[in-house]
Amino acid sequence: MPAVSKGDGMRGLAVFISDIRNCKSKEAEIKRINKELANIRSKFKGDKALDGYSKKKYVCKLLFIFLLGHDIDFGHMEAVNLLSSNKYTEKQIGYLFISVLVNSNSDLIRLINNGIKNDLASRNPTFMNLALHCIANVGSREMAEAFASEIPNILVAGDTMDSVKQSAALCLLRLNRTSADLVPMGEWTARVVHLLNDQHLGVVTAATSLITTLAQKSPDDFKTSISLAVARLSRIVTSASIDLQDYTYYFVAAPWLSVKLLRLLQCYPPPEDAALRSRLTECLETILNKAQEPPKSKKVQHSNAKNAVLFEAISLIIHHDSEPTLLVRACNQLGQFLQHRETNLRYLALESMCTLASSEFSHETVKTHIETVINALKTERDVSVRQRAVDLLYAMCDRSNAKQIVAEMLSYLETADYSIREEIVLKVAILAEKYAVDYTWYVDTILNLIRIAGDYVSEEVWYRVIQIVINRDDVQGYAAKTVFEALQAPACHENLVKVGGYILGEFGNLIAGDSRSSPLVQFNLLHSKFHLCSVPTRALLLSAYIKFINLFPEVKATIQDVLRSDSQLRNADVELQQRAVEYLRLSCIASTDILATVLEEMPPFPERESSILAKLKRKKGPGHLPDIDDARRNVNGSTEPSENTEATKKSSPSLMADLLPTNRPRPASSSPIMLSAGTMGSTHPFTDLLNLNSTPPSGASLLVDVFSDISTAAPAEVCEENFLRFVCKNNGVIYENQLLQIGLKSEYRQNLGRIYVFYGNKTSTQFLSFSSSVTSSDTLKAQLNVHAKTVDPVIEGGAQVQQILNIECVSDFTDAPVLNIQFRYGGTLQNIGVKLPVMLNKFFQPTEMLSQDFFQRWKQLGAPQQEVQKIFKARHPMDTDVTKAKILGFGVALLDGVDPNPANFVGAGVIHTKNTQVGCLLRLEPNTQAQMYRLTLRTSRDSVSQRLCDLLSEQF
Amino acid sequence: MQFMLLFSRQGKLRLQKWYVPLSDKERKKISRDLVQTILARKPKMCSFLEWRDLKIVYKRYASLYFCCAVEDQDNELITLEIIHRYVELLDKYFGSVCELDIIFNFEKAYFILDEFLLGGEAQETSKKNVLKAIEQADLLQEMRSFLQPVWLSVSTSAPRPVSASVQIPIIPPIAVSRPG
Repeated sequence: MPAVSKGDGMRGLAVFISDIRNCKSKEAEIKRINKELANIRSKFKGDKALDGYSKKKYVCKLLFIFLLGHDIDFGHMEAVNLLSSNKYTEKQIGYLFISVLVNSNSDLIRLINNGIKNDLASRNPTFMNLALHCIANVGSREMAEAFASEIPNILVAGDTMDSVKQSAALCLLRLNRTSADLVPMGEWTARVVHLLNDQHLGVVTAATSLITTLAQKSPDDFKTSISLAVARLSRIVTSASIDLQDYTYYFVAAPWLSVKLLRLLQCYPPPEDAALRSRLTECLETILNKAQEPPKSKKVQHSNAKNAVLFEAISLIIHHDSEPTLLVRACNQLGQFLQHRETNLRYLALESMCTLASSEFSHETVKTHIETVINALKTERDVSVRQRAVDLLYAMCDRSNAKQIVAEMLSYLETADYSIREEIVLKVAILAEKYAVDYTWYVDTILNLIRIAGDYVSEEVWYRVIQIVINRDDVQGYAAKTVFEALQAPACHENLVKVGGYILGEFGNLIAGDSRSSPLVQFNLLHSKFHLCSVPTRALLLSAYIKFINLFPEVKATIQDVLRSDSQLRNADVELQQRAVEYLRLSCIASTDILATVLEEMPPFPERESSILAKLKRKKGPGHLPDIDDARRNVNGSTEPSENTEATKKSSPSLMADLLPTNRPRPASSSPIMLSAGTMGSTHPFTDLLNLNSTPPSGASLLVDVFSDISTAAPAEVCEENFLRFVCKNNGVIYENQLLQIGLKSEYRQNLGRIYVFYGNKTSTQFLSFSSSVTSSDTLKAQLNVHAKTVDPVIEGGAQVQQILNIECVSDFTDAPVLNIQFRYGGTLQNIGVKLPVMLNKFFQPTEMLSQDFFQRWKQLGAPQQEVQKIFKARHPMDTDVTKAKILGFGVALLDGVDPNPANFVGAGVIHTKNTQVGCLLRLEPNTQAQMYRLTLRTSRDSVSQRLCDLLSEQF
Repeated sequence: MQFMLLFSRQGKLRLQKWYVPLSDKERKKISRDLVQTILARKPKMCSFLEWRDLKIVYKRYASLYFCCAVEDQDNELITLEIIHRYVELLDKYFGSVCELDIIFNFEKAYFILDEFLLGGEAQETSKKNVLKAIEQADLLQEMRSFLQPVWLSVSTSAPRPVSASVQIPIIPPIAVSRPG
């Protein structure tokens, strides 16, 4: 090769890059860049037409600046101009700029496409390649629309140069990935398959990738590729290393092509034709044999390339899962790698063995490596390798080795990296449940988990142990005894307190006969932990106490005393306080029969897929988790109890869906015991935990019906989380979840208002069938008119659309309209309801008045029903300026010098409705010592006074 | 392959190539996260790691890290050798390539990559063929230069500035000699 002409001498560019590199600070760099940007901008805007070279140089500088991480918002046009240059290097830079800085500016796309079209038609292979590279790099829909039908012709035309064919094949692959619907299938597909026979190995390499992508989508259309791929593969693996010339890589014949061919074959089952099948088996055997040969080079590239082919061959063998000999050979080969000195190979061997463990033919062979894998867990220095070892242990686990594996994982957990602890906890929990012969082992294991890694034991895990204990009466007594003992430890994890509280609350009676665990001892033990626990756990314990009252009448008085104490009855936490009040009351007024019904033992849970398994699957993605439930277990003779496999196979909604029916407040709950929590709209796990029983048993007490679940019948729940934040302001984000953000901008004049609603798509995928409408209750309909303009039914990923709502206030009102949003995201229909912050105070016009006028009117509005007063505790720091701003935001004028006490706030305004106008006066008196406010409102209408007082009093 | 990143030991991105559509913001976030993750790893650790739902394959050559993100089904070892082949191509083209070559001739690094990989797949694995394509392009531009002598005089003097820090070739010279 001639001495490289590095760049073609864009001196200005080299100088600029040097300057940037010499910058001592980030600031200096930014300054230098801004100077350059200004210079380029002026050159582009200048009167003098730039020559191609300068244009190229400046475009290249812009590209460099962009690659440094700065935004570039001009120069696209100049880059597009370069495309039509007949100088190769200028064209090349133009294309590079476009490839790197794609802009969906439609005018530009048309121009770019025009440039590409010309180059594709030029018959100049170098230009054609540039154009094809650009399409492949950008891969946008617009480009697919313009070129997807033309590229197949280029690909299969007889006179197309090899290098152009290669580019065309991969260009088509990219378009097929991004906009498959636009790539037409046709007679070209048959001819593409025959490219596997092409003489030029580069063409075969590119074509194989394309065919694999196409075959994954429509395997039937590309079946003929199987025999051609096998033939090609066979020729490669049997060739002497010299035959393939430059396609031999460190003594390995065409490793990339081999891997791709093996990948293509993984789109299909084993060939049906016997001859073909045996030819393929020969190929795979040859690859396995070669792996055993002494290396032809000490270079790592040699062994990597060779093993890349080997691993891909093993993937194919596993995919076919039909040749026991090959599977066992593969397994033994990987076994050798388990102790290889190359970390990379150990990692990959552990990974591949995971899939081998799920084959009935190789499962037993994989199991023979258990000691090596356990050793890896203990000695590997790299956490990613240890992670693989954990995965493999999990995959190879069955009834014969479950105890050993669970014990090893538990002991590893003591020192495991924080990053993988949670996953190990989940795995241990699943294995312990799945392979539990006697459930005492299961209970012990889970309690050990909590002891060793309590912080990483997620809710799913401890919910599950409770479910299982409740469903299996043979283990309940043991569980009660074990948790009781575990709770004796001076410091135990809060999760243990939860499990303990729940289990003793349900089954404490089973161990109450022993004087060492008498009811009072049990209660005292639980209560000794009470003060150290968080609110949700305390709430759970309170429920355990009321259950104790039912189980053990003898401790009723003790427990009532506890409930009656100030720290419970007057607890600052409203949930705890309400529980204490209601449980105390329940225990006092209910007869023994009613108590026994209300506080009955929980009914068994419906069997379903373990929620833990679901969680692990979510965590790892389906591809990563070998299904430990597949049929091979039974083939191997370790049959599962049928109820268990049945249960896991049923695809029922995950447990979590039941445990945590919603993240938002619910109208009422279904559980007999949840007298209080449901009505409180509480969301913490305990409430939900006690809702575990899906339907209340029929014939239970009346209370059940009173609190029957009405949430399921209701339409999409309405989010009003941010509603009150909009009382004193008009703009902001009213709603946000993982997909969607809704922002509002509102303006009001007299009795009219307009809201601009902005829907932002936070994902990278389109929202389809998007619609949003506003609904009002019947009462509200007469008081407030809301007209919503229609919105575009599609919101592109990352885009935002706007909707305008016009509002007219007819008369004063209390309700709020609801914004209902529906759209499809990834095939599922999303339904969102948001309470729109349109409140009465929005129609305020401030009124300035003098002190004497104010008091005169104040006296006029003196009738008792005209005044509403509220005294309430400050929820935010009592800051005068903030309070002023809030009152102004509320819509009234702040009147200075009216109130004799300067610390008080006085305001006046008029509410405008279509029918009438209502004058309002208000007075807010802060008491900083008591951290309290007194708010007084006087208006001519009592409903207005009440509503305004309610709204404003929530703001401080 | 979903993307390829080249970055220095100081965490500066030297080249980025994306084969999936992502917004500029996402790209920046991904690069930042990955650069941090990889720089935090110790030298003897394995070259593969799971990251989100992707497999990351990386290797360090002198002061530069080469990092590829491939999908679950993809072959890690062959990806490692894709990196190596790309390094060999750069090395052959620049002659003992070092980080500075890639900084000052970033556009060339992109052109070479496009000849080798397209749409995230290997297009041409023969070193000779890739270099031939690049050579032809260079030849095209040299001919232009002769036609326009004015630029020639400017262009030949473009310096390869010497930085204060000594630049180490990405591959030690011994490693590039082909076997056999």
